[in-house]
Amino acid sequence: MTIQMISILGAAIAVSFGAIGPALGEGRAVASAMDAIARQPEAAGTISRTLFVGLAMIETMAIYCLVIALLLLYANPFVS
Amino acid sequence: MSLSTSPLAEDILFHIGPIPISQPVVTTWGIMAALSFICWLGFRRPRVEAGTLQTVLEIIVEALEKQVKDIVRRDPWPFVPLLATLFIFLAVANLSAIVPGLKPPTGHIETPAALAALVFLSVHYFGIRTKGFAGYVRHYVKPSPLLLPLNILSEFTRVFSLMIRLFGNMMSHEFVIAIVVFLAGLFMPIPFMLLGVLIGIVQAYIFTVLAAVFIGAAIGSVEAG
Repeated sequence: MTIQMISILGAAIAVSFGAIGPALGEGRAVASAMDAIARQPEAAGTISRTLFVGLAMIETMAIYCLVIALLLLYANPFVS
Repeated sequence: MSLSTSPLAEDILFHIGPIPISQPVVTTWGIMAALSFICWLGFRRPRVEAGTLQTVLEIIVEALEKQVKDIVRRDPWPFVPLLATLFIFLAVANLSAIVPGLKPPTGHIETPAALAALVFLSVHYFGIRTKGFAGYVRHYVKPSPLLLPLNILSEFTRVFSLMIRLFGNMMSHEFVIAIVVFLAGLFMPIPFMLLGVLIGIVQAYIFTVLAAVFIGAAIGSVEAG
């Protein structure tokens, strides 16, 4: 295996496994927010704004994985 | 965007003297000119009985003012000019992908980096202006001086993630469309482009809300995010 092949595999693994955790977390967050809105529809504005901020925070983890994958594909320090 | 070029590489169009001018910069200038022209047109002769354009612009400003007020929970007017400009610019920049031939400037790392640096500086500016220098610096050693390194680290990581989030979303969306065009042909990417409209507005909203939350945390009216 050359270093290029290992880098491509590394990028694919980084994105695929890195997406699992944030996906589960975002699912739980949205489910709880739906639950809360169903219980208290008058608080929907506050809940959805907080939800968006929270989702952005969770999503950051997946985006870090994407950055690692992009570095491996386009700015690999080990491939001259 | 083609698949073989790096999304991190810059795309130089021409040079002014020694300064290279890249494609996102030109798009940004175009957006700035368009937005300034619309505002000039709307508020050229402001009247109490407003015309259509003036009414639309006033509604936009008031809606943004209300959003900012809900987040910082005090007089929003010191923050509205910065945050509303951020939102309007980001929304237009993200949606410029719809116009054929234009690429959103937020899909290159320089524009999000510049905007995140702006947010980073303005957070400290508003914090020091509201609480005074000593009062502002003191919030780094709360709740315990042990947390000082972590508090300083989080200043940088949250701005970094603000930048990477916007860049990653816009850039990966361009990639998805490029891949779908490559695999499926001409009309298949249309649903993805509709999704792109949603992504663009949501990302502009998230960037603005997070900037407002950071500023709110610095002036002490919101819990730190």
